[in-house]
Amino acid sequence: MDRREALKITSIFLGGTIIGSGYFISGCALDEASGEFLSEAEIHFLNEVGETILPETKRSPGAKAANVGAFMHTFVRDCYSPEEQEIFKAGIEKLNHRAKAAYSANFIDVQPEQKFKLLVKIDQEAEKANLHYFTMFKQLSILGYFTSRPGATQALRYNPVPGEFIGCIPYQEGDKAFAGRV
Amino acid sequence: MFDEDKKFDAIVIGSGISGGWAAKELCEKGLKVLVLERGRDVKHLKDYPTALKNPWDFKYGGRMSREYLLKNPLITKTYAVNQSTTHFFIEDEDHPYIQKKPFDWIRGYQVGGRSLTWGRACQRWSNYEFEAPAKHGYGIKWPIDYKDIAPWYSHVENFIGVCGNKDGVEAMPDGEFLPPFDFNCVEKHLSDKISEHYPDRYMVQGRWAQLTEPKKIHLDQGRGKCLARNLCMRGCPYGGYFSSVSSTLPWAAETGNLTIRPHSVVHSILYDNETGKASGVKVIDSNSGEETIFNARIIFVNASALNTNLILLNSRSQRFPNGLGNDNGLLGKHICFHIYRANASAAIDGFEDKYYYGRNPTDTILANFRNLGKKDKDFFGGYTTFCGAYRASTTGVPDGEPQLGANFKHALSEPGEWRVYMYMQGETIPKITNQVYLSPDKKDKWGIPLLVTDVAYDENDEKMIEDFLQESREMLQKAGCKDIVTADNKQSPGLDIHEMGGARMGKDPKTSLLNQWNQLHLCKNVFVTDGACMTSTGNQSPSILYMALTARAAGYAAEEFKKGNL
Repeated sequence: MDRREALKITSIFLGGTIIGSGYFISGCALDEASGEFLSEAEIHFLNEVGETILPETKRSPGAKAANVGAFMHTFVRDCYSPEEQEIFKAGIEKLNHRAKAAYSANFIDVQPEQKFKLLVKIDQEAEKANLHYFTMFKQLSILGYFTSRPGATQALRYNPVPGEFIGCIPYQEGDKAFAGRV
Repeated sequence: MFDEDKKFDAIVIGSGISGGWAAKELCEKGLKVLVLERGRDVKHLKDYPTALKNPWDFKYGGRMSREYLLKNPLITKTYAVNQSTTHFFIEDEDHPYIQKKPFDWIRGYQVGGRSLTWGRACQRWSNYEFEAPAKHGYGIKWPIDYKDIAPWYSHVENFIGVCGNKDGVEAMPDGEFLPPFDFNCVEKHLSDKISEHYPDRYMVQGRWAQLTEPKKIHLDQGRGKCLARNLCMRGCPYGGYFSSVSSTLPWAAETGNLTIRPHSVVHSILYDNETGKASGVKVIDSNSGEETIFNARIIFVNASALNTNLILLNSRSQRFPNGLGNDNGLLGKHICFHIYRANASAAIDGFEDKYYYGRNPTDTILANFRNLGKKDKDFFGGYTTFCGAYRASTTGVPDGEPQLGANFKHALSEPGEWRVYMYMQGETIPKITNQVYLSPDKKDKWGIPLLVTDVAYDENDEKMIEDFLQESREMLQKAGCKDIVTADNKQSPGLDIHEMGGARMGKDPKTSLLNQWNQLHLCKNVFVTDGACMTSTGNQSPSILYMALTARAAGYAAEEFKKGNL
């Protein structure tokens, strides 16, 4: 069973490999002395992006409640290559530019439905691009959210100790998936 | 505190899956046993730092930091290493070796060794596997056959706890089983379809070292029921799966006859010309660098296949200038492994109203159906296929809808389509050209020569992989699967973590190193019962065979010891 995890990771059906899980091209290491990698404001910004991708609904909390901004910060700082980090950081600026061009305001200041509309458009562009900043924002929002406490326990059904395995149980559309498979 | 003056009857080098068994059996027979472990101590429950962690306790969502990946390009290749298990694996730079040809040597240096992180599959070999190499001319004859080892399989199964179903499959004999894990509904479908289309192929429930229904012997070990968490490799707080740490070592300790000495890197085994036997073991303390010699009348070498080869090769004396017991020059040769290169996956429609509860720690098994008794393919040997089905994560909403927002989140919160997978575990041919040997000039930090690995795939392997790719695709087609993808990942040998051979068993001292009791032909008080002893690889997961061989050899050793023959 454990060996199959390896198959799953390489499976094309998981929407591709998580960026940062390879280690191509070595560049200069991040200068730890220069302080935190992202500012509080940038983490707040990323939480807003995450919330637009995975918003709070009646069924479960949103990405902001899971603080996916902080998760992205840690992940990008520790797992991304310098090149990937650059694309990620520049993405924050680029997204603000897009918001300004469309709605004359910074991303976090535009209305939720405007945020949604803008990100849907950028998501479609990212689909066609190679190593797009929005692919990074989206992947990490999903990974961070579904492995967070609110995501795993409220969006999914998390049972740390199932107690037994039952091979076949009924499933009705809308039933949440069991956590532990992200 | 370790008492340096204590006397021992037997020394066991290594505390992994076979070393733990040697310790248990010898201690139970009343011998004073010293277990030497090169890594740190690991105690059941106490030293499982990640066992109860939740997904959100791992800051990278289970992924590894870039720093760790860059530092450990080798060890992070294995499926088994992630943020929750790194403490049970070595770091690359601490333990160098030389790859003449690419070979991924995955190691775990601590008390319990790799038994903490093993795959736990426990199928028995059939007599087909014992007979095939000599019968078909791709190896020497095993000095034992199925009926010699069958009672020892039972002995081990009863103690460690193996779940499974008695399926009556000749290629994969039944054993002493606890109840099996359920099939899920798609696995059941797959099994039925395979039977329907291939009367000679059997897809059955996994035989796995999980306590589905513990018996008294397991409860007496302080172990309990497997609670279907499938987080085994972190160490199980319930003792739900077998490891040396949860089972054989504490059991041996209960006898009062066991001493475990961690941080003890074995340099070599010492040979006494006068007695014609090994007299002891030279150990380097990995903390202090201090050398110590321990003496005993029996030595079990269970350092894991390649390290066992290294130790024997480095045990040079006037009598054995090329390594202990190595008059025929075959020590370190005939290294073999299992082929894990190929897999198949697919989707299957239907069953959307079915799900499963809990996390199954086992795979289902499609028993080998190739070259059984007679050679019916253009390659030698056979392969076991592990398979299973699960509901994958949903990755989005239908095309054309926004791939973000409330609906997207809800879709991702629900189980996705059913996926089916198969992967092979194939036999390889023992060849004199696949070998390990000592570097003539490069040494590790303890002054021990580095091991050179010179191991590669051959044409037989390629043909077998081709066959698997074709057969797995066809079986998935016949089972009604869609989007079938087959792949050969081309991984290097070694990554299977089933390294075997180098000190193979055999009847003839001219062509083998060990006899039918796993004794060195030429140095009878040294027993090798880990993967190094394997005459051929078979197609089943090897650990339980190592355990059975160890128990059998230890029983013999204890008897001979008592008779004064050792």
